[in-house]
Amino acid sequence: MFSADTRRIVLAHFWLAFAAFLVALLLGEWQMLVRSPLLGWIGNPELYYRSVTAHGSAMGYVFPTLVAMGFGYAIVELSLGQELRGKRWAWAGFGLVVLGTLMAMIPVAAGRASLLYTFYPPLIGPAAFYLGIVLVVVGSWVWVALMSVNLAAWRRAHPGGTVPLPMFANLAGAYLWAWTSLGAALEILLQILPVAFGWKSTIDAGLARVFFSWTLHAIVYFWLMPAYIAFYTLVPRAIGGRLYSDAMARLSFALFLVFSMPIGVHHLFQDPQVGAGVKFLHAVFTGMVSVPTMLTVFTITASVEIAGRLRGGRGAFGWLRRLPWHNPMMLAVAFSFILLGFGGAGGLINMSYQLDFAVHNTQWITGHFHLIFAGAIVIMYFALAYDLWPHLTGRALAEAKLMRWQLWLWFVGMIVTTFPWHAVGILGMPRRMAYFDYTHPELQPLAYSVILSTIGGLMLVLSGLLFVYILLRGHRAPTVPLPRFRFSEPAQPLGAVPLALNSHGLWIALMIGLTVVNYGYPIVQLALLPQTSVPAVPIGGPP
Amino acid sequence: MNRLFSWRNRWFAGSVGAVLGLALLAALAGFLWLPAAQGPRNAGWWEAICSAAGAVLPYRAQGAPDDSAVRPSNVIVGAQMMTPAGEAAIGRGATLAQNCSMCHGARGMSPAGTPHLAGQPAAASYKQLRDFKSHHRRSAIMEPLVENLSDEDMRDLAAYYAYLPRIPSQGMGGTPPRLVGNGDPLRNIGACAACHAASVAKPAVPQLDGLPATYLRAQLLAFANGTRRNDLQEQMRNAARQLHPDEVEELVTWYASR
Repeated sequence: MFSADTRRIVLAHFWLAFAAFLVALLLGEWQMLVRSPLLGWIGNPELYYRSVTAHGSAMGYVFPTLVAMGFGYAIVELSLGQELRGKRWAWAGFGLVVLGTLMAMIPVAAGRASLLYTFYPPLIGPAAFYLGIVLVVVGSWVWVALMSVNLAAWRRAHPGGTVPLPMFANLAGAYLWAWTSLGAALEILLQILPVAFGWKSTIDAGLARVFFSWTLHAIVYFWLMPAYIAFYTLVPRAIGGRLYSDAMARLSFALFLVFSMPIGVHHLFQDPQVGAGVKFLHAVFTGMVSVPTMLTVFTITASVEIAGRLRGGRGAFGWLRRLPWHNPMMLAVAFSFILLGFGGAGGLINMSYQLDFAVHNTQWITGHFHLIFAGAIVIMYFALAYDLWPHLTGRALAEAKLMRWQLWLWFVGMIVTTFPWHAVGILGMPRRMAYFDYTHPELQPLAYSVILSTIGGLMLVLSGLLFVYILLRGHRAPTVPLPRFRFSEPAQPLGAVPLALNSHGLWIALMIGLTVVNYGYPIVQLALLPQTSVPAVPIGGPP
Repeated sequence: MNRLFSWRNRWFAGSVGAVLGLALLAALAGFLWLPAAQGPRNAGWWEAICSAAGAVLPYRAQGAPDDSAVRPSNVIVGAQMMTPAGEAAIGRGATLAQNCSMCHGARGMSPAGTPHLAGQPAAASYKQLRDFKSHHRRSAIMEPLVENLSDEDMRDLAAYYAYLPRIPSQGMGGTPPRLVGNGDPLRNIGACAACHAASVAKPAVPQLDGLPATYLRAQLLAFANGTRRNDLQEQMRNAARQLHPDEVEELVTWYASR
C-alpha cells in the first residue's frame, strides 16, 4: 500500500532534498571554477567561503537528511503494509527542517556566517545559523520518533512477527542518527550558543571539536543508510535476482549501529587535546567498520551473481556479461561499488594514525569524502529515486536511456573531479583554500589538476540537471497501472530470525556502551580541565 | 527483551564479549604497549597510561630528565613581558655590558662573527639570556657567563642593548628570497618575515638584518639538527629542518647583506 497522503509527504521531502542538492551542486562547480586558472581571481575570499559554507551545509545536513526521512516514510508503508501513523507530525518535522534551513541559510547568504559546514569554534557566527541547524536536527528527530512509533504499532499488530528487512535497516539508520546527532547538539547547546548569544566571550575549542567528532563521522553512515538499504532491498529485485542472505544484511546494519559512532576521534588525529591512546582506540574501531562494509560488498556481489546466473550466465565470470547492464539500477550499483572501493581504500589511509599525517587537511580529504558520499552514496540516491518515482507519481518513468546517461556522467564526472584531488593532496595541496597563486613555481605544475576537477564538476552539474529533468518529466508522463511495490526476496526462505536480529535493543546498548568507553574519558577530562577556553572569533561582524 | 539481555543468549554473550574483548585489547595496545614502545624511556607505567589518555600531568616526576630536556624554555613570552626601562636601568645595563664587549663589541656591533646586539628588541635579548642561564639554550661560552646574572641584571642588559643604535650595513638588500616573503605553504614553512620583519614586532623575536652570516648559518643548522631547541612552538625547528642547504645559504646571504 502507498497512501496518497504519504506519497505527498515523501515527494515533499525528496523535492526539497533535490532542490537543495541542485543549488549546492552549482555552488560547488562555481567554487572549482573561481579557484582554477580558467577564471580570474574573484578578489574576495569571503565570497568563496560563503559558498563553501552553503555547499557543505546543504549537501551535508539538508540533502541526505531529507532523503533518509522521505525514504523512511515510504518504507513504513511499502514494507510494513500499514498506513503511516503520525502524518501531521511528519509534516511538522518537515516544516522544522524547512524553517531551520531558511534560518541557517539566510545569514550564510548574507555573508554573516561563513563558518564552513563544520563551524569549528573558536569561529562563532550569528545564533540564527546554529538555531537553524538545531531545528533541522529536531525535525529529523521527529522522524526518528515516528519510525519507532510505526514499528511499535506493527509489532503490536504482528506479535512475534519478523520485522521486514527494509524497516529493520531503516530503524537502524534512525537510531544511529538519533544518537550521533547528540554530539553536535551538545556542542551547540552547551558551548556555542552561550557565546553566540553574547553571554560568554571564550570557548573551549578542543572540547567542541571532540563533541563534533561524535557527530562528524557517524553522520556519514547516516547518509549511507538509504544507499545500503537500496543495495539490500531494491537492487536484487530490480535486476531480477535474489538477496543472497537476509541474516547477513541484518547483521551488517546492526554492526553499523555499533561501530560507526564511537570512532570519530580519527578526525582529531592531529589535535593535541586528545591523547594518543584514545586515538589508537578509535583507530581500531574505525577499522572495524570495514567488517559490515565487506559483509555488504560480499552479500550484494553474491546477490548480483545470482541474478547473472538466473539469466543464464555460466562459468567464473560469464555471469557478469549476462547482467542487465541496460538497467539503471544495475549501472548504479556497479558504479557505487567502484567508487566505494576507491573511497574505502583512501579511508583506510585516513584512519591510520601515521599515514593520516601525510594527507591531513589536504585536497586528499576533500577527494575522499566526495568519492564516498557524492559518489558511492548519492549515486544510489539517484537510483532509489528512479525506482520509487513511478510509485510516488503513479506515472511511468520511461527515460532509461537518459538515466543511463545521467549515471554515466555522474560516475565519470566524480572520478575526473576527485582523482586529481587525491593526487595533489599527496603532494600537499591544502584543502579549503580560496585562492592559489599559480605564478608560484611550485604551484604552477599543479594547476592542471584544478582544471581537471573543474571539468569533472561540469559533468556533475550536467548530470544533476539531467537527474532533475528526468524526475520532472516523470510528473508529466501518462499514468500507468502499477504492480504492488516489492522489495527484494531472500534467496532462501526466511526461517526463524534470532531475537537479536529482529530488534535493535542489543545493538543500541552496545553503541551507547562503546560510546561511554571511547568518549567518556576524553570528554570528562577536557570538560574538567581549567583554563582551556580561548577567545571566540566572531565571523561576519564588523571587521 | 528479557531473553535477549541474558548471558544465556549467545547473541548477547557473543556480541558483548567480542566488543568488550576488542576494546580491552585495543586499550592494552594503545595505553600500555605503544607508550612503552615509543614513550620516554624512564617513564613509569602510570605515566605512560596518563600520557596516552591525554591527561595533563606535572611535567617532571622524580628521576625524570631536567627541565631543559623537557621544555623549550621557561620564559613566558607575551606582549607585556618587558616593563619599560628607565635611564637607570639602561645605565646599569651599560655597566654590566662591559663583560660582553669582548665578543659583542663596545657598542653592541660585533666584528667577531657573534650576533649584533645593538638595537635588538629587549625581549629578544632577555629571553636568550634567560635560556642560557637555565640551559635551555646551550653554549659553552654563554652559559658560564650568565650563571651569576640576576633577573634584574638580564632585564637591564637587554634594555641597554635595545637602547643602542643599530649601525645600518652597506648591504645591497635587493629582492628578498621567496621564503622570506611567502614561505613555502606546501612544505608548511611560514614566511620568515611573518615574525622577523622589524615592522611585525612580535615579542622576543630577534631582528636578523645584518647579522653575521656565520652566526645565522650556525643557528639555522642547529635548529635543523635539533641541537638548538629553545623556540617555544618548535616553529624554527619545523621550518629549518625542511630547508635545503641551498636555501639556507640563500637566506643567510640575504639577511647578512641587509
